[in-house]
Amino acid sequence: MSVKVEIVTQFEEVAKQQEKTLAPLSDELVLLDSGLDSLCLAIVVARLEDKLGIDPFTADDAEFPVTLGDFIRVYEDARR
Amino acid sequence: MPAADEGALWTSLSAAGRLPDRALWGAEASVTLGDLVHGSSLAGRLDELRGRSVLIATTDQLTAALALIELDGVARRLVLCPPDLPVDDLPFVVATAEIDALVSDRPAPAALPGVPLAVPCRASLAPATCERTGRHPTEWILLTSGTSGRPKMVVHQLVSLAGAIRSAGPLSRAGAWSTFYDIRRYGGLQIFLRALLGGGSMVLSSARESTSDFLTRAGAHGVTHISGTPSHWRRALMSPSARRIAPQYVRLSGEIADQSILDHLRACYPGAGIAHAFASTEAGVAFDVGDGLAGFPASLIDRRGGDVEMKIEEGSLRIRSTRTAARYLGDHQPALADRDGFVDTGDVVERRGDRYHFVGRRGGIINVGGLKVHPEEVEAVINGHPHVRMSRVRTRKNPITGALVVADVVLNGGGEPADGRVAEIEREILRRCREALPRHKVPTVLNVVSVLPMAESGKLVRRDA
Repeated sequence: MSVKVEIVTQFEEVAKQQEKTLAPLSDELVLLDSGLDSLCLAIVVARLEDKLGIDPFTADDAEFPVTLGDFIRVYEDARR
Repeated sequence: MPAADEGALWTSLSAAGRLPDRALWGAEASVTLGDLVHGSSLAGRLDELRGRSVLIATTDQLTAALALIELDGVARRLVLCPPDLPVDDLPFVVATAEIDALVSDRPAPAALPGVPLAVPCRASLAPATCERTGRHPTEWILLTSGTSGRPKMVVHQLVSLAGAIRSAGPLSRAGAWSTFYDIRRYGGLQIFLRALLGGGSMVLSSARESTSDFLTRAGAHGVTHISGTPSHWRRALMSPSARRIAPQYVRLSGEIADQSILDHLRACYPGAGIAHAFASTEAGVAFDVGDGLAGFPASLIDRRGGDVEMKIEEGSLRIRSTRTAARYLGDHQPALADRDGFVDTGDVVERRGDRYHFVGRRGGIINVGGLKVHPEEVEAVINGHPHVRMSRVRTRKNPITGALVVADVVLNGGGEPADGRVAEIEREILRRCREALPRHKVPTVLNVVSVLPMAESGKLVRRDA
């Protein structure tokens, strides 16, 4: 499964589990407008760490993504 | 026959019941108290230990028990070395307690640097050639783990250690006592003293013995009173040998007793009185709750006078009593109690209706994005699921919220249920958590594991708390 597909899957699963309404997902979607709050995003990051074996945000120089596209890119870069 | 000063352990236990009828049963050897009238575990060398500060560093609980009986009132100070004390800490303990004698049951005790005298301790008794008299109100030093890594050395005397026993009334009656604890820890020492001062006998546990073997042995000696931590008891209930004992009295202490473990014990031992006690090495025994319900009656708080006074300040339970330890040993130690004599237990309580419930340790809090979570309050919900034997809730670092809550769960039967219902049970547990807890307290990951690590103290290992 590609990183992007996995990320989208986790966004959808966490939103459902946490009973949040997810905005239509696109690369341009601002994460804070996605319908997921910080707890949801924290859970997404933890689940992705379990699935992909990486947590790109714990690095000292980690930058926080603004959009879903940024978010996916951080993971794709970390995978390289 | 050795005589002793009024109030010393030997005198008091002798007065409590006929000695030949009473015994200390270890896993590998046993001694009747009657044998101690003319016998000595210390090779008859009691006189050499008179007035000294003695480190009791034995591999076995029975030899430690015998040394305590002989040395209270004789030695100036007794330091009870717990079985898991790191060797690296020994020089610190020796220096801080000004140890000038070692009592050991090793075949050839290694000399401790700076300790001039070593006396062997054996369960095979030698003739007692010295009078068991002493002028010393002996200090009993218990070691607890300190947050700084060095052990904290807590100063008691027999009178403070036995304070709760004298007022326990019928609960201190003769019988066959036992505990999963090691007697060199406060919780185990309480049971040891209850057995001796109440006129009873005792089955000592052993680190080298399985839970099942211990229960079988305790059952063979007809154990009537038995204590342990909730974690000890959860492990015991996983053993088919749990029904080898038929106690009259089951006691829990050292960790929060949730409703689930109380109910499980009630079901397993329907004829037993089941009590959970609150005690700490520093504060002593504060109270016992015997109504089978988790938490304790709010009426216990702010009651003035009596042996024990309790109050709640900044959310945590504070205790002032005659059973409180005197102080920490050593220089530059923090005060054990505040100016008014209250010990802050660090245990956070919350009032629900007419009861207070323990919600966890102040230091053990998980901080999820600024919201506090006590692991124990989540564990209590998880443990309420009928398929759960025990659980441990811990923190997981998270770049978003600082931390998240994760749970390790042991299902009934230990391993994974064969019928493949694990995923379904996991969903049920999480649903239960979502119904009972705010979102940030619900575990984000639930791991089904076959066993949870338990420390030598009998408490769950909370490494990352």
